[in-house]
Amino acid sequence: MSETKASCTIALAGQPNVGKSTVFNMLTGLNQHVGNWPGKTVEQKTGLYTHDGQVIRLVDLPGTYSLTANSEEERIARDFLLRERPDVVVVIVNAAALERNLYLVAELLSMPVRVVVGLNMTDVAEQEGILVETHVLQAALGAPVVPLVASRNQGVSELIDAALRLIKNPDDFAPNRPEIRPKHRPVLAEIRSLLGGKITLYPEDWTAIKLLEGDTEITEMVRQSAQEAWERIHTLLKQHEDAYLDVAGGRYEWVGRMVRAAVEKPKAGAISLTDRLDKIATHPFWGLALLLGIFGLVFWLTYTAAMPVVSWLGMKVISSIAESVRQVLAPAPAWLTSLLVDGLIGGAGTVLTFVPILIVFFAVLGLLEDVGYLARSAYVMDRFMHWMGLHGRSFLPMCIGFGCNVPGVMCARIVEERRARLLTILLMPLVPCSARMAVIAFLAPAFFGKNAALVSWGLVAGNTLLLLLVGMAINRGVFRGARSAFIMEMPLYHLPNARTIGLYIWYKTGAFIKKAGGIILLASAIVWLLAYLPGGEIEGSLLARFGRWLEPAGQWLGLGDWRLIVALLSSFVAKENTIATLGVLYGSEANLGLAEQVARTLTPAAALAFLVVQMTFIPCAATVAVIKQETASWKWTAFSVGLLLVISFGAAVIIYQLARVMGWGG
Amino acid sequence: MRLRSKCKNLEKLGPSQPGQIPLSSLKPGERGVVVGLSGGRGLMGRMVSLGFTPGTEVTLLQNYGRGPLLVTVRDTRVALGRGEALKVLVEAL
Repeated sequence: MSETKASCTIALAGQPNVGKSTVFNMLTGLNQHVGNWPGKTVEQKTGLYTHDGQVIRLVDLPGTYSLTANSEEERIARDFLLRERPDVVVVIVNAAALERNLYLVAELLSMPVRVVVGLNMTDVAEQEGILVETHVLQAALGAPVVPLVASRNQGVSELIDAALRLIKNPDDFAPNRPEIRPKHRPVLAEIRSLLGGKITLYPEDWTAIKLLEGDTEITEMVRQSAQEAWERIHTLLKQHEDAYLDVAGGRYEWVGRMVRAAVEKPKAGAISLTDRLDKIATHPFWGLALLLGIFGLVFWLTYTAAMPVVSWLGMKVISSIAESVRQVLAPAPAWLTSLLVDGLIGGAGTVLTFVPILIVFFAVLGLLEDVGYLARSAYVMDRFMHWMGLHGRSFLPMCIGFGCNVPGVMCARIVEERRARLLTILLMPLVPCSARMAVIAFLAPAFFGKNAALVSWGLVAGNTLLLLLVGMAINRGVFRGARSAFIMEMPLYHLPNARTIGLYIWYKTGAFIKKAGGIILLASAIVWLLAYLPGGEIEGSLLARFGRWLEPAGQWLGLGDWRLIVALLSSFVAKENTIATLGVLYGSEANLGLAEQVARTLTPAAALAFLVVQMTFIPCAATVAVIKQETASWKWTAFSVGLLLVISFGAAVIIYQLARVMGWGG
Repeated sequence: MRLRSKCKNLEKLGPSQPGQIPLSSLKPGERGVVVGLSGGRGLMGRMVSLGFTPGTEVTLLQNYGRGPLLVTVRDTRVALGRGEALKVLVEAL
């Protein structure tokens, strides 16, 4: 279906965690397009929905608490409504937190758009003892209100009916708009008359309010387009700097009237389910223990559920495809077969083997988010993130980074402030991803025997410590110890919805394959070329020469064998390529596994140094690409790669030399 | 250390009247009414749109003396950094 067939556009607005995405997913299903807002790093979701034979274009606006342009999301939502003028705006509100949610409705009703209210989570509200009288609220607002339980697909179709009715009969919309508190009404009227006829893009009423709210974007626009009146307006604004409190206060008084009219609440002091669960989930000790437990569970699930699938894919599917291609191409030149089989199919196999791990990871993450737990983990981790000048929100992308750094870097968008977002992205490669953990899991048992688990945990702990130290150093050195504000809503807990989680997995995994797939394939082909030229034998190839050239540096950390260096270099394609490269370089000896063969050539100190480099080495090609995309800066991308090169080399040299002093040098 | 020096700044900023304390000084279960906000316009704009307008009642849910706090304002639980909570002046109820 193409977007041009759509007969009308409906925008979906709402605060975060009110089930807006659930409504969007219910309506559009797999018929949606996920991209970016033009020129922005904020995700844009549009989709098509057919209702009684009519094709409707749905635009999912970013979730925002208000439309005051405090953040990029708010600016995007506001600009879309003012410039694109959708036929109707459906605003989803949470019935269990109506007072807060109606604030956005108050702002929307002051804009030149028609609004339908979707009263969602009526089941959660009832469970908390809150009763909302829909028809009373509808009469008070002067806009249609439709009760919903989006997670169970109740009321969603009626919601669209109401929106289409409003498009057909625009005169039915007679909203009751909020007003500024009386003290500042005269100045509002004066500014409005000063603006008279000079502003064409936006309504004067709305513009005057935004000026009093101190909205920088609108202020700049007025300064330029109403120059002769600007001096007087500017003086008025200076005299009434506190007016923004009366604008917001006026809206909340309006909200208060709506809530008093339509909502019946339980007596204060009643203990809800969320209260009880939060006693544990947000406790400084038990909350942390719970979080660690969840992490343990995720790793356990990854190893027991995803790893067998990964190895089955590698052993059976990929190798049999490679075998058939080899047979088909038997008459073709050797280099072509090698490029296709070793380069491209190998690369595609790498992409494919990530998928089961990521599915498990995103399933758990989607579940935790849908239930409402993720915000709690950010709260619990806030104390530790403060050490690096970050706050709890930055923990969420890092959490994803444990699965794979690529979506982790992309998720850093949820950190509002640019400085904190940049630091979160720069630290991401120090979060050990599942591919690195897989290499450790493969090599550590052969290297360290029954101490393998201890060494693995030590590496993860050391890595975490390193992340903290580097974060503190960058924050002090580059950002001069700045701190950012932590303000985050804790949603009420609710039962998860399978469809929401399913679509979350589908789109997140899909985004990874699209983003990383091409880059991994390309990098695989390049590494294949370097390992093939000039003679077709890896021992004499450019890659091997480069590895030999690096041998003297490798000696510092006990890795004087070029094969180990080349294996590390190839991890630039994808972290677990280390193993595949070792496999090629060490050949196969009967009765001895690959890991054991490598172990025989290394002293314990050198083996440890090898694992340390593997854990902290430069980010893989796909991660570098998304770092460039998200920072929009070659300088920071180069900084990230250079920093990790120094860190991995430095850390490995220190560990190696220390281990030799301890007598592990063999 | 950093927090303490911020505290001093805050006292210098507003002529804090008796009975007015930063939100971060409330104990779990205690309630207060917002009487004033200090800090940059951007931060205050966010706080206000989240419902921290003067005259609003807030209930403190969790405050362990360090780290972030959990408060209820206008039906919603909000986590606030300690630095942000220091900038909200309340009158204890």
